[in-house]
Amino acid sequence: MKRQHIDKGVHSGFFLIALFSITALFLIMVFLFIESIPVFDHITIKEFIFGKYWYPTDDPADFGILALITGSVCVTLLSGMIAIPLGIMTAVYLAEIAPPKVAQIVKPVVELMASMPSVVIGFFAIVVVAPFIQKVFNIPVGLNMFNASLMLAFMAIPTICSISEDAVFCVPSALKEASFALGATHFETIIKVIIPAALSGICTAVILGLSRAIGETMVVLMAAGGAAMIPGSIFDPVRPLPATIAAEMAEAAFGSEHYHALFAIGLVLFGFTFIFNLVADYISYKFRQTGEASL
Amino acid sequence: MNRFAKLIFVLIISLLIASPEVFAGKLVIKGSTTVLPIAQKTAEAYMAQNPDVKISLSGGGSGNGIKAIIDGTTNIGNASRFIKTKEVNAANAKGVYPVPFRIALDAIVPVVNVKNKVSNLSMAQLKDIYLGKIKDWKELGGTPGKIVVISRDSSSGTFGVWKHLVMNKERVIPGALTVPSNGGVVQVVEKTPGAIGYVGLGYLTKELKAVKVEGVYGSRENTLNGSYPISRGLFMFTNGWPAGDTMGYISFILSKKGQKLVEQAGSIPLF
Repeated sequence: MKRQHIDKGVHSGFFLIALFSITALFLIMVFLFIESIPVFDHITIKEFIFGKYWYPTDDPADFGILALITGSVCVTLLSGMIAIPLGIMTAVYLAEIAPPKVAQIVKPVVELMASMPSVVIGFFAIVVVAPFIQKVFNIPVGLNMFNASLMLAFMAIPTICSISEDAVFCVPSALKEASFALGATHFETIIKVIIPAALSGICTAVILGLSRAIGETMVVLMAAGGAAMIPGSIFDPVRPLPATIAAEMAEAAFGSEHYHALFAIGLVLFGFTFIFNLVADYISYKFRQTGEASL
Repeated sequence: MNRFAKLIFVLIISLLIASPEVFAGKLVIKGSTTVLPIAQKTAEAYMAQNPDVKISLSGGGSGNGIKAIIDGTTNIGNASRFIKTKEVNAANAKGVYPVPFRIALDAIVPVVNVKNKVSNLSMAQLKDIYLGKIKDWKELGGTPGKIVVISRDSSSGTFGVWKHLVMNKERVIPGALTVPSNGGVVQVVEKTPGAIGYVGLGYLTKELKAVKVEGVYGSRENTLNGSYPISRGLFMFTNGWPAGDTMGYISFILSKKGQKLVEQAGSIPLF
């Protein structure tokens, strides 16, 4: 009897804790909605999303975030192009090729990269990377899309690498052995058997990595240059969504249109990461490898 | 009757004397990062003089300082710009009446890379650079090369003054790099040969080249005598006419001693 009571107590205790964190998150979401809605009294959603000019403090002000969305998307895509191959190849190397001793050292190091504070990476981007790419590519300024993407890639690699490594590692060894038995080389086995078998895990890794890149604030604030224009080349400065919020929220007049517009940007950003996570969830569910027969 | 008047007089006097006791305790100051060094220096000195007063200081930007006054979460809100009409309306709607105190002056100086040969620009040239009409240094008599325009975030106090005084309310080109702080502008201009930016007078370093505006150096003397065209006032706002320690602190800043500290903090004292 008494043990059952304790058990019930534990149950409801954990339920309350779970409820508390979910409610807190939910309330933040509600707050985001409530604070962003008033801006649409002044402009339509279409003007907001597709407006080309972001001049929030002018009179009359312009609240078009197309350039900001483009900036975010471009930076994320470019960082993906750098981080995805590097992350996946590192993962394959660690799980398949590296001798155990090397993997034991490299893996924690890669995971340590994830714990690097983003402000440090941003500072590094300004002080070291910017002058470097300025000189190498002979461009007028080093704070641009390329610099920010490079730094974001650096931050996304640990996520992509460690999740894909788990996926590759979990491929049943029977598959591998079957491939070897058929006379395939190690390389052929990796390309044709192991990567396809681990694909769902790798896709989840990629999407989570990219969603980290699109939501990252400090690095893009410091390294992307902050020009609210639609970029013409990868060496143009851009101003991604999170950087705009971070840079302007502190000085936006409380309760003004600008203030609400910044919350609306937050909502758009939330939409992006929400979709990313939804897709990651879907892929990992839909293409889950169950047993060895489904390849 | 006469005794009665005397009694009231004594009562008022004792209240006035006692009032610092009543209000003694915490003084909260928030707002502009430009005003922060001044607030820091003066707060330390004020606390040394009045050990029973505890001042808590934080930055956050001009908008936040004024917002904190409106919300009633601070005694003093710092701002590197004057209060906007919108903010006054928001304050009045909450029954708050912000009172401004100009505590110091600040000049905004256009800066270029040390390697740049251009040393004087007119207000019209500055405006055209920031409008994107002048794109190359050779148009200004410098070494040919693209001008990298560096501006501050559209909601910063420094940007507001720049826009008001230089841009004459016209828009800075979207392609201008925006940097979130004075220190950030210094960093970028130092490292970028073709860059032009603007910073508060206190942020000038040897690694930067200050450009004369209309032939006048941005300096303390030229700001005080009015010949330097790009200067601004730094403000502290209170809710209603201040009393107690808030009054004591503000009078301290406006005293000779306080203004000396303003100068030490890198801004221009009022007298």
